[in-house]
Amino acid sequence: MSRIELRVNGRDVEVEADGRTLLTHALRDHLRLTGTHIGCDTSQCGSCTVHVDGKAVKSCTMLAVQAAGCDILTIEGLANGRELHPMQAAFNDFHGLQCGFCTPGMIMMAVDIVNRHGRPDEATVRAELEGNLCRCTGYHNIIKAVCAGAERMGEVA
Amino acid sequence: MNETVSNGKFGQSVKRVEDARLITGRGRFVDDLVFPGQTHAAFVRSPYAHAAIAGIDLESARNMPGVIRIFTGRELADAGLPPLPSGWNLSSVDGTPARVGLHHALAVDAIRFVGEPVALVIAETRDQARDAADAVLVEYQELPTVVDLAAAIADGAPQLHDGIAQNRAFEWEIGGSAEVDAAFAAATRRVTLSLRNNRLIPNAIEPRAINVQWSAFDQAMTIYLTHQNPIGMRGFFAIMLGLPSENNLRVVSPDVGGGFGSKAPAYAEEFAVAFAAKMLDRPVKWTAERSESFLTDAHGRDHLTTAELAMDDDGRFLGLRVHTLANLGAYISTSNALVVSYMYATMLSGQYAIPAIHARVEGVYTNTCPVDAYRGAGRPEAAYLIERLANIAAREIGVDQAEIRRRNFIRQFPYQTPLIYCYDSGDYEGCLDAALGLADYPGFAARKAESQARGKLRGIGLSAYVEACGIGPSKLLASLGGGGAMWESCEIRVQPGGSIEVLTGAHNHGQGHQTVYAQIVSERFGVPMDSINVVQGDTNRIQAGTGTYGSRASVGLSAAVHSCDKIVAKGRAIVAHMLEVDLADVVFADGIYSSAASNRTVTFVEMAQAAHGAASFPTDQIEPGLVATSFFDPPNFTYPAGVHVCEVEIDPETGVVEVVAFNAADDFGNVANPLIVEGQVHGGVTQGIAQALWENALYDPDNAQLMTASYMDYGMPRADSLPEFGLCFWPSPTPVNPLGMKGCGEAGAIGAPPAVINAVCDALGMDHIDMPASPEKIWQLCRTREVS
Ligand code: FES
Ligand code: FES
Repeated sequence: MSRIELRVNGRDVEVEADGRTLLTHALRDHLRLTGTHIGCDTSQCGSCTVHVDGKAVKSCTMLAVQAAGCDILTIEGLANGRELHPMQAAFNDFHGLQCGFCTPGMIMMAVDIVNRHGRPDEATVRAELEGNLCRCTGYHNIIKAVCAGAERMGEVA
Repeated sequence: MNETVSNGKFGQSVKRVEDARLITGRGRFVDDLVFPGQTHAAFVRSPYAHAAIAGIDLESARNMPGVIRIFTGRELADAGLPPLPSGWNLSSVDGTPARVGLHHALAVDAIRFVGEPVALVIAETRDQARDAADAVLVEYQELPTVVDLAAAIADGAPQLHDGIAQNRAFEWEIGGSAEVDAAFAAATRRVTLSLRNNRLIPNAIEPRAINVQWSAFDQAMTIYLTHQNPIGMRGFFAIMLGLPSENNLRVVSPDVGGGFGSKAPAYAEEFAVAFAAKMLDRPVKWTAERSESFLTDAHGRDHLTTAELAMDDDGRFLGLRVHTLANLGAYISTSNALVVSYMYATMLSGQYAIPAIHARVEGVYTNTCPVDAYRGAGRPEAAYLIERLANIAAREIGVDQAEIRRRNFIRQFPYQTPLIYCYDSGDYEGCLDAALGLADYPGFAARKAESQARGKLRGIGLSAYVEACGIGPSKLLASLGGGGAMWESCEIRVQPGGSIEVLTGAHNHGQGHQTVYAQIVSERFGVPMDSINVVQGDTNRIQAGTGTYGSRASVGLSAAVHSCDKIVAKGRAIVAHMLEVDLADVVFADGIYSSAASNRTVTFVEMAQAAHGAASFPTDQIEPGLVATSFFDPPNFTYPAGVHVCEVEIDPETGVVEVVAFNAADDFGNVANPLIVEGQVHGGVTQGIAQALWENALYDPDNAQLMTASYMDYGMPRADSLPEFGLCFWPSPTPVNPLGMKGCGEAGAIGAPPAVINAVCDALGMDHIDMPASPEKIWQLCRTREVS
């Protein structure tokens, strides 16, 4: 067991976990932040995507101990209080989710795409989302939502 | 963009109310729940596809840290857990019942597919349970395996179940074989087709999960389960677990992360976990890993079919003869006997007036994961067959693929097919023209020439599908071998303060029920949507229900309409007393009761308050309170239909098939919320295109190992795989329910596969190619074409 200090959604927290504990389990099981989902065991679905020090990371690819001292942002920390992040609002406006299971990972990835590309075109968004699986939407409305969210993030910034 | 509307209206693109929790990480899925005293389960699974269990050594696993108990199949069976139930009684053509191979929740003497659970480990933590599961030593005596359908029914094939020769569970027939023989004798033209409908793995992104609490004190169990039919599962589980009655069991499904049919069956693992929780008296939780989902979530499709179509010289269809071997997998799953028979062969008439049809279906056991309903469930297999035949017929006659369909369309409704079902309504030719317009069909030749100039092969393919939805008329289904009970219920409770609860036994797993139910009730009562709370998925709240599958939202919504009508009618009686006018003079519109005989009006909320106050009307004539319950049992299925047009471009150098355009005109009857319905079509079409081009569950023919058991090997559609779709609605509202809705959830997965393969065959100038049209397959074909 080791004691791991991290910053999660702007709060300093401590997690007591096995060396083999994945970041995704530390978030879900230890910190009870269950918005980060687990959809696979081969690091391919993207449901578990969070931001680590400002970059999108599949939290099942990282050990909790590796995240020691890092600044983690999960879906629960994305909104500003009751005010939705523009990307969250765009997913609602464009029906970018059905069952909602892939959605937290999609939104965290989408924000990362915009952080890196500014206002990406549709082809860029499609290519960038290749590592996030959705079984419900056929992706079309997700793509629309990400493009619209990018535009709104640009307006806010 | 769609503006928020506070008052819902049927037919408007109202934004979804359920999104708020799901986009902020506040959704609640089964794996998110933890209870005091929580334990965790892990399964020991067979690495072989067919073996006798010679012994199980639990010694070292038992001594691992955190292990609470390990169960074997023998132990659970001895303790009284019965084999899994089959949900449908199908009879063979000779009248004998289907031969059911016993399916134990944990294997007792033998295992019959890779991944079948053999033992169940319960430990304090998930990791401890998994570690101990790895330490369980099972001694297997390997047996020969069979995967291929034709091989499974051959003499000398490995036999899966004692007493079931040649692995045949049933030989079932429908239609008139003498009539078909006569049609073929009279026909001047005929075409034949042999095809394989590839096996698929549903892959809901939320894996299966269950968390069970047992209270020995009051003999009461609570099962949290990710499922499409939690209310209906209550009875199943109560019987299986030997509970005194349904009253001792509560089933709750919170948010469900996709289902597509795969969360409708009653599964072995879930029964084992629930039974173990009862024996341990501690909560037990199990969440599948994705590898387990690949191996054990009920698979879909997997048919081997031969068919012949008889025609006259003009290409008018005269008779259809079909023989299908349907792969059941190692056991008959909950609904599979229904899926391969009455969900499949009844739809073989397609959109066409075919006077004589006969189909024979043999259900066959193989050493593979059990098959059950997957998006469309039988209907995609039927549409694929008839739509492939239609294109082969067009080539034979030498007419365009649209023209052969026009010559054969059903034009009068209701239409009684030769296969039990009676189509409700439709405008097949109107739909075809709408789809061809969307797709710029006349412009195809120019686009093909342009592709050719770039060295690419371009093809266009149509499919005109029809399906049976809104399941279903209980009496008819009971007569076909089901248990009946295919209605849906909806209770509406108007609270003293005027807020409204809508309780239904349908269960949302992505369809937006919370929004659509609220839309309909909001419109009927003239109250804001945010005063309405839709409650689903908890047997403590909801009395009765039969779940969400088979595009049957219209059934529950119809029950909601009837409950609304009862509330509005009771309100009229109350308001008549309040206004001291005749009941006949009270009218209700836009949330206001009024009467020409009075200048006072009463709002819906004021009426509700009066109903609870019970002071303004005689309570010996009108009961206080404001609650209504309705059960809606549809008199018939609904028959959504549509035409999908796919355009592909093939690179002969790489064999890659690219979908360059996909357009669809669909008749879903009246559409409650176009935003949501378009989303359903996007998802369905994507799954359909994926079946045609990428998805294929492949077992090794030598040892029945699943070779496509991860997202590395199984061809999931991804964000960069597809173009934007062109969609339009061409509604012929159904008369079978009060909303005129037909259902839309499965249409895409039904219409798309034949449209894609028809386009691929068009591009290559071939009669047929089996799905998936993988680059390797296409590349080989292009090479042999060049050579020849
Ligand atoms: S759970 Fe991390 S990528 Fe699937
Ligand atoms: S919305 Fe269900 S998996 Fe994406």
